[in-house]
Amino acid sequence: MSDRPLIQLTLAWIRGFYREPEAIFWVFGFPIVLAFALGIAFKNRGPGELHVGVLRGRWDSSAVLVVDASPALSASILDTAVALNQLRTGRIALLVIPGNPIVYRYDSTRTESRLARLEVDDALQRAGGRADAAMTRDDRVTEPGSRYIDFLIPGLLGMNLMGSGLWGVGFSVVQARTKGLLKRFLATPMRKSEYLFSYMLSRLLFLVIEVGALVGFGWWVFHVGVHGTIAALAVCTVVGAFSFAGIGLLVASRAKTVEAVSGLMNLVMLPMWILSGVFFSYARFPEAMQPFVRALPLTALNDALRGVMVDGASLTGIATPLAVVVGWGATSFLVAVKIFRWR
Amino acid sequence: MTAPPRPPAIHCAGLVKRYGDVTAVAGLDLTVPAGECFGLLGPNGAGKTTTIEILEGLTPGDAGVVQVLGHSWSGGSADRLLRERLGIQLQETKLPEKLSVEETIRLFASFYPRAQPLESVLALVELGEKRGAWYGKLSGGQKQRLAVACALVNRPELLFLDEPTTGLDPQSRRQLWDVIARFRADGNTVLLTTHYMEEAERLCDRVAIMDHGKVIALGTPRELIASLGAEHVVEFSLTAGAGEDGLEADLRGLPGVRAVRSADGTIALTASALHVTLPALTGLLERRGHALASLTTHHASLDDVFVAMTGRRIRDE
Repeated sequence: MSDRPLIQLTLAWIRGFYREPEAIFWVFGFPIVLAFALGIAFKNRGPGELHVGVLRGRWDSSAVLVVDASPALSASILDTAVALNQLRTGRIALLVIPGNPIVYRYDSTRTESRLARLEVDDALQRAGGRADAAMTRDDRVTEPGSRYIDFLIPGLLGMNLMGSGLWGVGFSVVQARTKGLLKRFLATPMRKSEYLFSYMLSRLLFLVIEVGALVGFGWWVFHVGVHGTIAALAVCTVVGAFSFAGIGLLVASRAKTVEAVSGLMNLVMLPMWILSGVFFSYARFPEAMQPFVRALPLTALNDALRGVMVDGASLTGIATPLAVVVGWGATSFLVAVKIFRWR
Repeated sequence: MTAPPRPPAIHCAGLVKRYGDVTAVAGLDLTVPAGECFGLLGPNGAGKTTTIEILEGLTPGDAGVVQVLGHSWSGGSADRLLRERLGIQLQETKLPEKLSVEETIRLFASFYPRAQPLESVLALVELGEKRGAWYGKLSGGQKQRLAVACALVNRPELLFLDEPTTGLDPQSRRQLWDVIARFRADGNTVLLTTHYMEEAERLCDRVAIMDHGKVIALGTPRELIASLGAEHVVEFSLTAGAGEDGLEADLRGLPGVRAVRSADGTIALTASALHVTLPALTGLLERRGHALASLTTHHASLDDVFVAMTGRRIRDE
């Protein structure tokens, strides 16, 4: 075993971390559980079967037969009170009142209801004898790369790199400070820069396991591939891990208590969980917010990761987001070194 | 003054440290020759820890001269060379909970270019059997010995110990004293703070008693105790009853009594010969119509020196 301080310090943080079973779960287990749950929930998620009600009365059974025959719809005959209640609570997307004219009762602001109206109308009109004016053919896409899970896995990877970087470094630093360990180190000839850098280094080993676990899981269970090179993915994740370790150091550079640093870390992470396109595309936010959203380190990292995993981009193709990530990490690290509180 | 063969391990003069309005160290002069075990004694808040941290180069002083092993703390890169020659145990350091004894010692050893082999450190602090145990699972005494082991990995010439045995049971305390004795056997210097008088009397060649940031007494433990003029202390208290007017003067007149102090209802006599003083005391109290509520005697200690000088006890237990 080498006796260099940088290696011994790095080993100390790694040991402290993997001997904490809860930490293992939150870093490795939780993202996989999340990926699994979301992957199942959104698997092949289309409109599915839409539930439609038919008001009890004349022609009700023939209307149900026609509507039920459509693969996208399921219909049932309902009494007025029940029908209105189910419509209001969203259990049925649309209420059909047979007659002449046929009345469709639905909430036009609900996408599902409007879809149901189109499908039901189509089925009833065809049954009534309407002919299509032009021939059409459906070409359905379920290619890997375009599914939600393909979007989700790189986002979870980015979120995980952020979380473990901030927690792994920030928590450990503040604990060392509150326990007087920092002061004790200060009483030795240890170089301060080696101490700070050892935290960044300790992140590297976990990185391999963290990324391997999540990417491996995505590939094994959902066949989420890496369309770019493994080398490009490795560069992205190393840059991301280093950067968030630097941000973690900055967040922990002055905090005196574990409570304070926990609050600060949540303050840093929470906006990025929402804004940075982990679970849904940040393109949904208004145009005015886009420059701000894009400047966030997690947004940039997610862009880079999706570039490599989904679009198969090369490193030059993701140079801009990578530069943003590096900028955040380097600036944070330098500021952290300057303002770090040693006791 | 003739030049000593080695520079003093510690020399400080006119040392001052203030925290806002509070003066923690108020003009401290101290010289500890190499090879000595020197004790800083005093109650909590006397300035012991501030003093030792200034000497360790962890806290800058506001005024005064500090030289450690012939060098001053510069704040520059020369400090690292000085640190390589010092061993430091801080008062309230908690080492990483989930590192083993061996891993912790290796970690600290890695900071020094000339560290001792692991085995000899383990032997020095008698933690060989616990080498694989996590710090968090050690007993209080073992934790403290590991802290001292971390201070000894570099074979320091000067060892700082800040209340090394506070909170330890008597057996653990004695084990730690043995570690310190082994370290001293090689001619090294120790500066320790304590508020256990027995510890100071047992370990230290010389002690400085501190109060309010100043040294109020300095000498060998024997000299300081001898300064009381007698080697026994009789402490007693009285049941409520007869008035105590003139009692102190009467007590002073008893044979063998050198000093009388009273505080919180307890009266303490410093006496040179118990077999003379005690019968005379009981006779006096009987004549005056007092009844004893308690009576104890002990050999005069450094604690009594502190009480004699300040009227307070070092440890309020």
